[in-house]
Amino acid sequence: MKTLTINGREVSFTDEKNLLEVIHNYGIELPTFCYHSELSTYGACRMCLVENEKKQLIAACSTPPKEGMKIKTHTDKLQKQRRVTLELLLAGHDRECTTCHKNDDCKLRKLASDMGIEEVRFSGNIKNIEVDNSSFSITRNPNKCILCGDCVRMCQEVQGVGVIGFAYRGADAAVMPAFNKLLSEVNCVGCGQCAAVCPTGAISVKSNIEEAWSAINDDSKYVVAQIAPAVRVAFGEAFGLKDGGACENLIVSALKTIGVNKVFDTCFSADLTVMEEAKELEDKIEKGLNLPLFTSCCPAWVKYVELKYPDFTKNLSTCKSPQQMFGSFVKDYYAKELGLESSDITVLSIMPCTAKKEECKRDEFKHGDHYDVDVVLTTQELIRMIREAGIMIEKLKHEPFDMPFGFSTGGGILFGSTGGVAEAALRVLDGEVKEFHAVRGFQGIKEASYDHKGKKLKIAVVSGLSNAKILMDRIRTGRSHYDFVEVMACPGGCIGGAGQPIQKNIGSREKRAKGLYDLDNKNQLCRANDNPMITKLYENWLGGVGTKKAHQHLHTQFRQRRRFESSIPLIKGSGTINIKICIGTSCYLKGAYDLYKEVDQYIKEKELTHTVNLEATFCLEKCTEGPVVEIDGELFTHTDKASVIQYIESFKETAQ
Amino acid sequence: MSDIKSLNRNFLKVNEIIEAHHSDPSELISILQEVQEEYRYLPEEILNYIAMAVHISPSKVFGVATFYENFSLAPKGKYIIRICDGTACHVRKSTELIVALRKKLGLTENKDTTDDLLFTLQTVSCIGACGLAPAIMINEEVHGKVTPEKAEMILEEIIKRERVNNEQ
Repeated sequence: MKTLTINGREVSFTDEKNLLEVIHNYGIELPTFCYHSELSTYGACRMCLVENEKKQLIAACSTPPKEGMKIKTHTDKLQKQRRVTLELLLAGHDRECTTCHKNDDCKLRKLASDMGIEEVRFSGNIKNIEVDNSSFSITRNPNKCILCGDCVRMCQEVQGVGVIGFAYRGADAAVMPAFNKLLSEVNCVGCGQCAAVCPTGAISVKSNIEEAWSAINDDSKYVVAQIAPAVRVAFGEAFGLKDGGACENLIVSALKTIGVNKVFDTCFSADLTVMEEAKELEDKIEKGLNLPLFTSCCPAWVKYVELKYPDFTKNLSTCKSPQQMFGSFVKDYYAKELGLESSDITVLSIMPCTAKKEECKRDEFKHGDHYDVDVVLTTQELIRMIREAGIMIEKLKHEPFDMPFGFSTGGGILFGSTGGVAEAALRVLDGEVKEFHAVRGFQGIKEASYDHKGKKLKIAVVSGLSNAKILMDRIRTGRSHYDFVEVMACPGGCIGGAGQPIQKNIGSREKRAKGLYDLDNKNQLCRANDNPMITKLYENWLGGVGTKKAHQHLHTQFRQRRRFESSIPLIKGSGTINIKICIGTSCYLKGAYDLYKEVDQYIKEKELTHTVNLEATFCLEKCTEGPVVEIDGELFTHTDKASVIQYIESFKETAQ
Repeated sequence: MSDIKSLNRNFLKVNEIIEAHHSDPSELISILQEVQEEYRYLPEEILNYIAMAVHISPSKVFGVATFYENFSLAPKGKYIIRICDGTACHVRKSTELIVALRKKLGLTENKDTTDDLLFTLQTVSCIGACGLAPAIMINEEVHGKVTPEKAEMILEEIIKRERVNNEQ
């Protein structure tokens, strides 16, 4: 065992990757903005400085521990240095703290208070940049950014999305999407993990609290709430209850106290999802069609596929997510039971997730001017509403969920953790085994195989989108083959969702997962097909699993999404034929560029440069059928040189 | 505009450049430099295309393109005038040159390119021609001991030459 000296006392260490961790394990929490154990070390904020023997100041996060090192953590010099750094950060920061979303969770505010900063001596460089409210999921306020880069690295390294990055230099440096576009205009999937790591209010979860209040306070609305599995095991953290302890009965009680009419359980609709998805999987395996089947419960993952792997949208399970299935049966079936119009009901979701806010606004879930799910609140927002209403958690009675949609099996509960959807489906397929340990745990990519009716099914379970990217590339190149793949965008699954309370302690995610498995163990039923309420719903409403009516209400469709609106003009003649060649990723990989070269050559040979306009465009949303060419508004798929020439010739004739 | 005719050639060239660098993201700066030479600036669509072709995010390409002074995301003129404002040129009244040329071309501190995309005016720190102070560069050509009058004459010649070219 190796040792070093911290503030004059000997401390032993083993394989900690940097001094910061040694110091943390010893029991001192140095201030940091830019250090996260899951992200690469950046060393930019200069808050974790320590003093070495030579009186030099070094950043603990980027210094490996060495035998015999002697460091001090709180000398006069260090304290002065940290205060000045903090003052400089504050000088450029919009200090409207009382009205800031992050107020309670802001690291900058907390450190300023802990270090006793009472005045900021430097005049600031606050630019009053417009706040980006375009996304359904998150709000970006650049005036509060301290350039720690946590969001940039989270988006790139953990989620493999990379929609925000550093731009410009020196005093102009800023974090923004490419070309300073709005978040709604770029490939943001809405997972919100950037907001979860942002130490200030620069990126925060978009609030829908006002809509929730106005529905609750509207006497003409019947408000029906659903609570996602992961919410119940994180909610208590905000009120000093046991980490990972299940609080669903307190949440039900709090919602009823606020004035919600009925409170049901999303785990029930998770059971319903399992019924449909297990059937879909069996059908697909039987037909050997479009395998692997990807889960589609996670809207950030669904959007990721639509944007980055459009040729795989056909592999996504057509099942709606549990949130959306809930909206369907409440607005269609339950409304009739109650004798209400669907427009009289407001469906309020309590979710651990920011992407669910965007999911509920998708066109597929809109009927006329109302949606299946009206308002999505995150766990954080629910907590804020409870505080706003002045509800004293300790005086609440424990109340059970309402029936009939408040009854779920253990399988539905597991949906909140990575591996849970796969496990719930396997339980239904198997019918005997309860625990599938191979799909449990926090590894980014888990693999399992399982014998089903004499066939060996290969299963993969993934959390964190950069892991999904690794897996997708393996599948695309044929290096791996799977039958069933579960993906959750957030590391650890929904329990680590960006709508959950900010994790103050290391290991809170693990405790939340344990909370879910404890609930599963306590539940006498573990398989969705054993849920009597599910059986009843099928009998009374849908007629059976996978029926036409079930497809109408519980399934949906996914589509490829255009990523760039722009195109590159290549030949601009004065002519009448407009040709667009798609050079988006899928078409590019299928040889669109070579096609372009050949068409270009043909146009020149035949001296058509004056009669055609040729453009390279980024996506014509037919990614599975590339290379795609559009001629005068008409789309041609699976094109090659010969077919495009033929089309051009026929268009030339009509033009003449 | 003569630009449009060359668009097609440019796009072929962009692909050649990307191929020559094996679509390697670590060669992004070289790719951007060479592409900029083709277009005289870095158009948004082309940056998106490069990002796609080298498999990195557009935000990263944008970050690199905005970090370096040398890259421009706005169209630049056909003739880039670099007025040296290093110490030697500065004491030899390069400021007067800047004022005079801005006035002549209708440019300001915030607007450095003429509307006809013929000229871009930039100041640079030192072009290593201190013996010829004050010096200016027009594209690759260095002009020494430049007075406002002399500079205006050089520009007049270019404008005349361009006009003749366009009429042909």
